[in-house]
Amino acid sequence: MLTATNTDEGFVVFDRVQKSYDGNALVVKDLNLDIAKGEFLTMLGPSGSGKTTCLMMLAGFETATHGDIRLGGQPINNIPPHKRGIGMVFQNYALFPHMTVGENLAFPLEVRKMGKSERDEKVKRALDMVQMGEFAGRRPAQLSGGQQQRIALSRALVFEPQLVLMDEPLGALDKQLRERMQYEIKHLHERLGVTVVYVTHDQSEALTMSDRVAVFEDGRIQQLSSPDDLYERPENSFVAQFIGENNKLSGMVTGIKSGVAEVTLDNGSKVSALAVNCEQGSRSTLSIRPERVTLGGPKNKNTTEAEVLELIYLGDHIRCRMNVHGNEEFVVKVANSAGHTHLKAGEKTKVSWLAEDCRALDA
Amino acid sequence: MTDTSAPIVTADGTPLKKKLDQAMFRSRRNAFLLVAPLLAFIIASFIIPIVVLLTQGVYDSSFRKQMPTVATFVADWDGQGEPSEEMMQAALTDIVVGLTIDRSIPTKAAVRINREVSGATSMIKKLIRATGKWKIEYEGKEQRLSDVFRNMEDEDDSGVTLLDESERRAIGVTLAKAVIAQEAPVKAKMIKADKKWADIKYWQAMKVASKAASPAYLAAALDYNYSHDGEFQQRDEDRRIHVKLFWRTLEISLIVTLACLFLGYPIAYLLSTLSVRSSNLLLILVLLPFWTSLLVRTTAWIAMLQAQGVMNDLFVVFGLAADDDRFSLIYNKTGTLIAMTHILLPFMILPLYSVMKTIPPSYVRAAKSMGATNWTAFWRVYFPQSVAGIGAGALLVFILAIGYYITPALVGGQDGQMISNMIDFHMRKSLNWNLAAALGMVLLVFVLFLFWIYDRVVGIDNMKLG
Repeated sequence: MLTATNTDEGFVVFDRVQKSYDGNALVVKDLNLDIAKGEFLTMLGPSGSGKTTCLMMLAGFETATHGDIRLGGQPINNIPPHKRGIGMVFQNYALFPHMTVGENLAFPLEVRKMGKSERDEKVKRALDMVQMGEFAGRRPAQLSGGQQQRIALSRALVFEPQLVLMDEPLGALDKQLRERMQYEIKHLHERLGVTVVYVTHDQSEALTMSDRVAVFEDGRIQQLSSPDDLYERPENSFVAQFIGENNKLSGMVTGIKSGVAEVTLDNGSKVSALAVNCEQGSRSTLSIRPERVTLGGPKNKNTTEAEVLELIYLGDHIRCRMNVHGNEEFVVKVANSAGHTHLKAGEKTKVSWLAEDCRALDA
Repeated sequence: MTDTSAPIVTADGTPLKKKLDQAMFRSRRNAFLLVAPLLAFIIASFIIPIVVLLTQGVYDSSFRKQMPTVATFVADWDGQGEPSEEMMQAALTDIVVGLTIDRSIPTKAAVRINREVSGATSMIKKLIRATGKWKIEYEGKEQRLSDVFRNMEDEDDSGVTLLDESERRAIGVTLAKAVIAQEAPVKAKMIKADKKWADIKYWQAMKVASKAASPAYLAAALDYNYSHDGEFQQRDEDRRIHVKLFWRTLEISLIVTLACLFLGYPIAYLLSTLSVRSSNLLLILVLLPFWTSLLVRTTAWIAMLQAQGVMNDLFVVFGLAADDDRFSLIYNKTGTLIAMTHILLPFMILPLYSVMKTIPPSYVRAAKSMGATNWTAFWRVYFPQSVAGIGAGALLVFILAIGYYITPALVGGQDGQMISNMIDFHMRKSLNWNLAAALGMVLLVFVLFLFWIYDRVVGIDNMKLG
């Protein structure tokens, strides 16, 4: 368990939160998380990892079995959802089908008993913010998926909440639209300065948009860090495997010297790796990113024989599957630059990587 | 833009529309063949019988067949003044011919006249009795008319009458001529048999009855009298029963529909929010009434609600009622309301449930996250989306309730009867099928009217039955 450390004030705090639905198994196990004001935090994880449950507890639709959730210093465990003042964007948008777009946006203002003129003005501003000013009179069913998504977003923001929760809001959109919406949400966040807690299972979405990403697995946060740290410096084998493409080699740690571990692989060969999360005498999984492996570079300790098994042409690079140290799923990316090495399937070649690009993690 | 005036043609030059029709023909024919057996069944067993029955409400030619001479005579008669000798002779002719063909014919005609004005049956029966004593020369010997009529029914060994209908009719006509020739003038004798023959209102009733297509039954169904000169008059206060019954039917159906809605809505909501396993179990409980026969359920209510029944015993135990002053929960309107609500409840719950199941919980959550209280979220967001289910359920329950009759018949007592019980009465007891058909027609028109209103207000497209 990695405890989230944050230098800013804790705007949203999960303090030893546990959640169980049936009394037998914990869905969320001892969650501690501080979210700073104005931060864009993404909860990333496979389905069933507990990320949505955490979001629902924060919104107030689920109650924590144990522990405290605080918002702006106030414990909110016993505050009903409608008094929390948290904006929320749902996976299916949850736009009220019997109301027009304008009525949908006016709804949160209306229940706050805001006057009509002020309401109209705010609705107009919120619609303009997402470039949907002309659609106030339409019904949600008359809008495309992307337009509905924008309306849902502006509806969650129209009453100016300090915290906005988003539950896989882009899941129903096609790839191109999803990418465009990612930038729009990111820019809105930057412009308005609201705190956003975003749930997704799409890692590229998490890396694109977030200030920090919390990787969930098995009811725990496996790693909480910035997107680049997450990709370049995974702290355990789950994160390494979950984020981006990864090559795995497993073996026994025979010695650690000044941060560099000597690992004897299962096929008997020895490699050296950065000791991140391993102990001498125990098993370890080594993680090497495909783009950090070089073909025919200067010989070093980690240079080894490799057999080319498959080549896939991907335009900007060529994906090369090889047998390295007995691992037949070892992938190397060869950039499609002038004068790159031309390989053929079945060919034998040498590959190497630097010890600091190879991270020795837990087994 | 393409030139729209020229029809688009396919590659081989045939117009696109024609080609499309050809291509669609197969699928249309297949669709038709798929529904054809059911369509034929419904037409033969449902639509034709209903049309035939309903026409009886506005079309009744039986009197014309039973008393043809009178029917022709009164058709041109202005309905005023004393009954004349000719009219009397016509009536006597029809009665003699009718008795010759089948001794029940004049009685049937009498029943028809009696529907317009009471007393007609005795009038005709007395005449039959009086004329029966008259002697007439027949088959070479003098005999009583009643014996002549009885001999017409002589049968051979295999049970077939010796004379067929047309032979009997011919004999009847000859016989009637002979009787009138022998007994004329008949007016005084007929009035002597029953002085009602001199009363013009019976002749006016015959004029009404002689019209095959007439609104007489429809008028009766709405508590109006249709007079011989084509006017409608509302019946006397104490004889207006149908309109009151229609209103009561409407009232009971409305109360049952509302009761089903109030009881069913929370159940349907609970069903739609529970996990699949528990909601299936609950759904079985909801459907349980369907597995027991309607009669069993209704009699169970009798056991529950009667004066010495379970409910009243409980009321007495808990001191809500005195032992000697128990509630009348059955054999009155209360009984009908309770039993019908129970029986029709599933028809409300199922459409509601099927609509509510499709409302994602995220709508209410979204409303709450935006600051709506539980009530506001329900009333502004959830309820409007369940209206389609309410419409479907309410319409279904209401239309079923408006035609209900077994339950009111068993537990309704006197003031829990509905219009269907009246229709049933005329179908099986009084055998006045024409009035039953007319009542049914009024009910049908009323239901169709409600349907039309529903379509205008809610829209039939919005109805979701599941």
